[in-house]
Amino acid sequence: MKAAEGVVKKFSIGVGRVALLACEVVRSLYTTRIDWAELLKQINFIGVRSVFVVLTTGASTGMVFCAQTLYQLHKVKMDSAALSVVGIAMTGDLGPVLAGLMVAGRVGAGITAELGTMRVTEQIDAMRTMSTHPIDYLVVPRFIATVLAMPLLTILAWVVGIFAAYVLLGSVLGVDQASSLKHMYYYTDTGDVLMGLIKALVFGALISLISCYRGLNCDKGAEGVGKATNEAVVQSCISILVSNFFLTLLLRPILKSF
Amino acid sequence: MIEVENLSKSFGSHLVLDQIGFEVDEGESIAIIGRSGTGKSVLIKHLIGLMSPDSGIVKVGGQNLVGMSERELLLVRQKFGMLFQGAALFDSLNVAENIAFPLRRTGCSDESEINRRVDEVLNLVELAGTNLKMPSELSGGMQKRVGLARAIVHRPQIILYDEPTTGLDPIVSDSIDQLMMRVRDKYQITSIVVTHDMRCARRLGQRVIYLREGQVYLDASAGEVFNSQDALVKQFIRGEANLKEVNF
Ligand SMILES: Nc1ncnc2c1ncn2[C@@H]1O[C@H](COP(=O)(O)OP(=O)(O)OP(=O)(O)O)[C@@H](O)[C@H]1O
Ligand SMILES: [Mg+2]
Repeated sequence: MKAAEGVVKKFSIGVGRVALLACEVVRSLYTTRIDWAELLKQINFIGVRSVFVVLTTGASTGMVFCAQTLYQLHKVKMDSAALSVVGIAMTGDLGPVLAGLMVAGRVGAGITAELGTMRVTEQIDAMRTMSTHPIDYLVVPRFIATVLAMPLLTILAWVVGIFAAYVLLGSVLGVDQASSLKHMYYYTDTGDVLMGLIKALVFGALISLISCYRGLNCDKGAEGVGKATNEAVVQSCISILVSNFFLTLLLRPILKSF
Repeated sequence: MIEVENLSKSFGSHLVLDQIGFEVDEGESIAIIGRSGTGKSVLIKHLIGLMSPDSGIVKVGGQNLVGMSERELLLVRQKFGMLFQGAALFDSLNVAENIAFPLRRTGCSDESEINRRVDEVLNLVELAGTNLKMPSELSGGMQKRVGLARAIVHRPQIILYDEPTTGLDPIVSDSIDQLMMRVRDKYQITSIVVTHDMRCARRLGQRVIYLREGQVYLDASAGEVFNSQDALVKQFIRGEANLKEVNF
């Protein structure tokens, strides 16, 4: 009971602090000018260099998911519906979640380790003595870069995932590609696409805020940095999975009209 | 210029600073000495608002830093330059970018002016030509000197040095001592140096503050401190361990 209480307390404090960081970031976006050089560097690190992992996971998931779906649908003679199932799952859920988990692992860990090391070696204190708020110089560029990169990476995951499934259907599994495509266009609507993009934005914000928070507040020493990095990845992933559920519930009715 | 009153700070149950008080006048240069772990770094971080005290007042140019928000503190800190104990260079930036950082961040955007100032201070610390090196390629002593260059490039009114010569060979220590004296005399900067290197304290400190067990044990002119007949002060200055305190 005591332990559970402690966990709940720690959790709420963590959520509160991350929310405060989010407020600071938004304020900083309005009040301070953006350091473009730093932003470009982060877009390269966070966006461009994540392309490969997202391509791989997107293609692999698209193909496996398609094959598994087809085996089931084949039993009820609905072979040409496989691609539409892949399409709907990819756009609304799998695409943003996969891209999010990959970015959390790759970028979240990188951000936390970098900021954590900067804190431990007093580089953050040094920055504060030189008229520079760490949120303006460190957090804001990473936040913008992640929030921009996530929807783009998600679109990439959609495209490769669906394309890989499409190729697989025609070449290996021997399903009619034209009718598969027709069904997919028919069943996947703008609402799914919008939901996927909104989720990607939210996940991007969560990953960058959690990772920056963990890095800026890590404990002293190499052990502190290691622990913070570990926590950042775990917490980013969990927050993605949990918020995905609530976002689906929340967005479904709103986006139904599209 | 700087006034400290009744400053106390503890970490958990460990009381590090206990009712510290002293004043520093404009243009003065002060050495803070004391054994390792007495809270010298903690004290110097309070002077620039990097840490906030549990109680007490820190005034810089009449403004009380205690209770200020980080954004207000950023403005006050423009008066300061600080050299960190571990140099604290940004390891993602090269030497020139490190030194230019405070200039760029205070709105200076004239690249030729920035380059001129960077070269000027690099010359002063005898590291001309290292502009494009990364901090990881420099030795500890060179990093300290780059840190020093970065601390003075924006011509601060007050400069804080945290153990500028610790861990360096005697020749480099000597050159850093001379550098600090040169900087002080050239720009008329108020300097506060934290050190347990007695030679550095003697050369740089017109006044010496001896911290002991979280309190100001002695605050006097350099002459008085170095000729003091007080047993504890004498022991510290000569660096004699009391055998009872040495535990293997
Ligand atoms: N962030 C912190 N959290 C907890 N304790 C701290 C922190 N910073 C310093 N301390 C404690 O405060 C005491 C004083 O530390 P400080 O770094 O000021 O010593 P110092 O006088 O600068 O020593 P040295 O000469 O070795 O640099 C130490 O006992 C240290 O354990
Ligand atoms: Mg120290």
